[in-house]
Amino acid sequence: MERTDGKAALDAREARLRTLLQNGLAGDGGEYRAFLEALASHLRQFLRRRLRNRADDVEDLVQECLIAVHDKRHTYDIAQPLTPWLHAIARYKLADHFRRSRIQVATDDVDVEIDLLAGSAEDATDASRDVAKLLARLPPRQRLPIVHVKLEGLTVAQTAALTGMSASAVKVGIHRGLKALAALVRPRR
Amino acid sequence: MKTEQLIDLLTARAAPVSQQYFGRRYAAAVAAGTACALVAMLAALGPLGPRHDFAVAMDHPMFWVKLAFAAGMATLGIAGAWRVSIPGRPVRGVCQALGVVAGSIWLVAAVTLFEAAPAARTALVLGSTWRVCPWLIAGLSIPVFIAITWFVRRMAPTNPRRAGAMAGLASGATATLIYSFHCPELEAPFFATWYLIGMLLPTIVGWTLGERLFRW
Repeated sequence: MERTDGKAALDAREARLRTLLQNGLAGDGGEYRAFLEALASHLRQFLRRRLRNRADDVEDLVQECLIAVHDKRHTYDIAQPLTPWLHAIARYKLADHFRRSRIQVATDDVDVEIDLLAGSAEDATDASRDVAKLLARLPPRQRLPIVHVKLEGLTVAQTAALTGMSASAVKVGIHRGLKALAALVRPRR
Repeated sequence: MKTEQLIDLLTARAAPVSQQYFGRRYAAAVAAGTACALVAMLAALGPLGPRHDFAVAMDHPMFWVKLAFAAGMATLGIAGAWRVSIPGRPVRGVCQALGVVAGSIWLVAAVTLFEAAPAARTALVLGSTWRVCPWLIAGLSIPVFIAITWFVRRMAPTNPRRAGAMAGLASGATATLIYSFHCPELEAPFFATWYLIGMLLPTIVGWTLGERLFRW
């Protein structure tokens, strides 16, 4: 997806959040508020990408993560990088959410550490709008498997049950659909 | 509630916090659990006091191998239980080190068995106390397990089952260390088998209870 801002930008973001949290943990309320606000917008974007059809859940989960980070802030070691710590908490709360809504997802799909701080909220929305446009050009047999499995995080079996397709048709649809998408975004010469 | 309001609320409750304070609490919890297990061995279980030929045993090199094995597993288990309590902290290194320690004792046991006469091998593995050894270790691990669980619940384990297993292993290994002062056995095949089983019992219990104990 959009990894336009490179490692340097992520490092800068990590450093900024980390300084804010360190000062916050030392008792600076203003810095702590700035940390939570910045975190909220990163979380919103991180979760939006994973809960596409459940927009109401996104804000609930953002708040749940904020509360978790606040309640467990004593487990953060200021000598350690912040991103893995935040990411583990967000991932745990997301997995917990899926568990409660009885949707089993392979949590490995949620494993890309860089995602949490990647990109601003704006370019995420833009990107998802572009993806939706491209997806609309695919036939349903390819579009639905991609939407359910790749975007919503359902399993192949769940997608098969939902769409009435067979499991192998779902897999074939994903494969062909991704190939077709790749062809669509490839620069024309 | 709006997220903005939530942030107001959280900011208002923010007091200075330091992780070091929790490090000290962990040390205190482990010490308290270990002390309880020690008292249990010395007093409540009467005959389970240190072996009466303690001074003789100390001359035996195998006594020290046994002690090093138990101490190594306990140290790594306790470090592991700390790490599983912290989001995003890898535990792979600790697990590998645990594997190395357990593997080394297996190696010593294998060499001992290889050098022994075939007829003597069963006796080397079973010793004279194999029926009670793992159960006594599991029993002694209970107070340590409670203490470590109390602590881990206050932290943020992101994988409850793994946290449960590590808390179980840490308490089992600590109990083994305590028990090894009483245990009369001095053959590597014995403790490579029964000590390890004794440690694995609380590990399995912890794994099983993890979901219930460590959700937050």
